[in-house]
Amino acid sequence: MNDHATVTAEGAQPSAPVAAITSRRRNRQRLETLRAIVLGAGFPILLILIWDRAVAMTGTRLIPSPYQVAVMMYDFSFGGIYDDAFSGTILIHVWKSVQRVYGGFFLAALVGIPLGLLIGRIKLLRQLLDPTISLLRPIPVTAWLPLSMIFFGLGPNAAIFLVFLGAFYPILLNTIFGVRSIDPRLFEAASMLGCAGTRMFRQIVLPASLPAIFNGLRVAHGFAWILIVVGEMTGVPTGLGSVVMDGRTLSRTDLVITGMIVIGACGFVTDRIIVAISNRLLSWSPQHLE
Amino acid sequence: MSNALHPETLTVRGVTKRFAVGDDEVEALAPVDLTIPQGEFVCLIGASGCGKSTLLRIIAGFEEPSTGEALIDGKTITGPGSDRGMVFQDYALFPWMTVRENISFGPRQRQLLRGEIEKITDEFVRMVGLTPFADRYPSQLSGGMKQRVAIARVLANNANILLMDEPFGALDALTREQLQHELLQIWTRTGVTTIFVTHSVEEAVLLADRVLVMSAGPGRIDSDFRIELTRPRDVSSPEFNALRRAIARRLTSHIAPSKA
Repeated sequence: MNDHATVTAEGAQPSAPVAAITSRRRNRQRLETLRAIVLGAGFPILLILIWDRAVAMTGTRLIPSPYQVAVMMYDFSFGGIYDDAFSGTILIHVWKSVQRVYGGFFLAALVGIPLGLLIGRIKLLRQLLDPTISLLRPIPVTAWLPLSMIFFGLGPNAAIFLVFLGAFYPILLNTIFGVRSIDPRLFEAASMLGCAGTRMFRQIVLPASLPAIFNGLRVAHGFAWILIVVGEMTGVPTGLGSVVMDGRTLSRTDLVITGMIVIGACGFVTDRIIVAISNRLLSWSPQHLE
Repeated sequence: MSNALHPETLTVRGVTKRFAVGDDEVEALAPVDLTIPQGEFVCLIGASGCGKSTLLRIIAGFEEPSTGEALIDGKTITGPGSDRGMVFQDYALFPWMTVRENISFGPRQRQLLRGEIEKITDEFVRMVGLTPFADRYPSQLSGGMKQRVAIARVLANNANILLMDEPFGALDALTREQLQHELLQIWTRTGVTTIFVTHSVEEAVLLADRVLVMSAGPGRIDSDFRIELTRPRDVSSPEFNALRRAIARRLTSHIAPSKA
């Protein structure tokens, strides 16, 4: 009976007072967004102020002031100030790094998600592969650096391989976890409704573990950007990682910090994109929206 | 119904079930024999651990009997099939599918034509009164609405046997009453054989043609009550209460000695 009460209430056309309430709610929502932006942007600004004061008070010449970094950032983006090898080259470096980050990341997703679904669902595969995975996983990606240079030589492929390694385990493990935590009743329900075999993977296993898969993708995506600096230490001439390494060699700390900021910004923007995609795909899951 | 010529009878013959618990084996079901003709509404009632859910899961094909067999029309049940549909207490809806997608899941598996799937889906969405909510996800529905989706999902798949495992156990009293009423309407309209597991004697007497009282240790069918009262049943009538008392007495009779 109470169910029917909701039917009529929700089915009715919104009347004038309802419209007033929704507009008030929209105002409150707008205020809330504004607050989030002010607070979220306010803290980095505070950090920059502290940095500026600290450099001025200590009089250090090892660390540039925020202003010097801003000048470097301008030159790196548009050129016209220092006119050296780094002036106006930001897009080339970002583009190269993006290619390597997403080359490794998508490769990791392409292997990790199907493999995770299979390992999660098939006991034989789990018994076969789980010990090996547990053995390989604790090895730091940086320890693979010498071997990856032997496998792939000096160049972008070694960087892609390292990003792949770093992104692979979080994707794989989260996918396995996602499959393992599916309510077994869903499989029973699907099989009584005539679903079986490979259709079960596509229609039940994949969508049911999607929230966990997206968690894995987000973590892996963070690792991928972290590892690009390591990956581009392998002697590639372009890329944000190589900019940071060059800055270190040349003792140009302003360049190092500029490179760090650009990497952070790229990671931030692309993480927002992943969150937007996952919110869209997981709108059914009430605990996933953020 | 067309089934009048070929009554699809459900037969359970000498079914037992043993579970391994650590190194021990627990006998969940002693040999159970049972015949349920097409269209009957049967309630299974009994204390926790009497094997009523196990019996239901064997009929559904989710569990295999240790010995004996369950048959439909003389054919042994070997696994889950679309002729039998289970309605779980915790709904087991697919949370990433809307009401409409949940209900059309069975027809989609059979790869019917798109128009046909839509027709069937519309029909069953309407039957359970969820047309205004057809595009909502399960997380946006109340418990009563979720259970309506679960019932419609099974019926849209042409199930002849509706298996319900304490389906209304998690609902509040008012919603429960409403759903009992709706279930009886649906049962009358479709003639689907219904096996309904419950803890509540009143619910059993209200709904069923036949109430099977089960007893534990190991689980078996203790007694078989036929409920001849005309529907809709009056829960305050003397006949109703007499039956309720008689069934309650059978239920408690095997709880008492184990306590002594």
